[in-house]
Amino acid sequence: MTLSYELPLLLLLLLTACAAVLVKDLISAVLILGSYSFFLALVWAWLGAPDVAFVEAVVGAGLATVFFLLTLLSTAPKDTHIRRHAPPKAAMLLLPLLAALLLYATSDLPRFGDPQSPASVHVSPHYLKNSLADTRTTNVVTAVLMDYRALDTLIETAVVFTAGIACWLLLRRDVK
Amino acid sequence: MQLPLLIVLDLLVVLILMYLFRVVRGPTLCDRVLGLNGISTKAILLLIVIGTVYERVEVFVDIATGYALLNLVGVLAIAKYLERRGAA
Repeated sequence: MTLSYELPLLLLLLLTACAAVLVKDLISAVLILGSYSFFLALVWAWLGAPDVAFVEAVVGAGLATVFFLLTLLSTAPKDTHIRRHAPPKAAMLLLPLLAALLLYATSDLPRFGDPQSPASVHVSPHYLKNSLADTRTTNVVTAVLMDYRALDTLIETAVVFTAGIACWLLLRRDVK
Repeated sequence: MQLPLLIVLDLLVVLILMYLFRVVRGPTLCDRVLGLNGISTKAILLLIVIGTVYERVEVFVDIATGYALLNLVGVLAIAKYLERRGAA
């Protein structure tokens, strides 16, 4: 069931990725990258992770596109065309080999949604069993994010806040 | 999984591929913007159909709404860019 529909989605992903790399105009590359992000969000949604899909659609396809365009707008390059050099021979030879190696390694991965996979039997049962008693939070993901990893999340928030201030400082209009 | 839904999903991907051709080849920037806009409408539909397959439509409707809103901002940003640059 999962495989039947993944193939067209992954095909779209591959097509947009190649197009974004090969296109000769920066703005077009930004636009194609936006659609690439959205197809990635669709893959997440198809694999049953709507939260990740939401973040990818909003941040990847929406915000990143807007930020790229704002950057192009404020730097205002004279010529948005890209002059590319042909990739080195070694990269053309070694990267397909690396891809083949990675594909070969995926045969050792546990099956999709396998309850006996190492990731599902290590600490997950502990959180599933004890998070309600420990934190009084009904959502396990929220409990892990906001209680068990509260310090981590706090510093992450500080990082995001700093990045937001930097964006605001860079992108604000000059009021005269 | 229900066969009709799978057929709908595949048809939507075929439609997206047609738009994608315009986005990738599109001689002018306007073609690309319009193609991208078309893709995003199809992708919103696709999200809802995926939600129907998983029988969790509420969550996916939220995602689709969020994406639709941000897509509007994106298209406005592109339009603003084109206006500022003074070329289409």
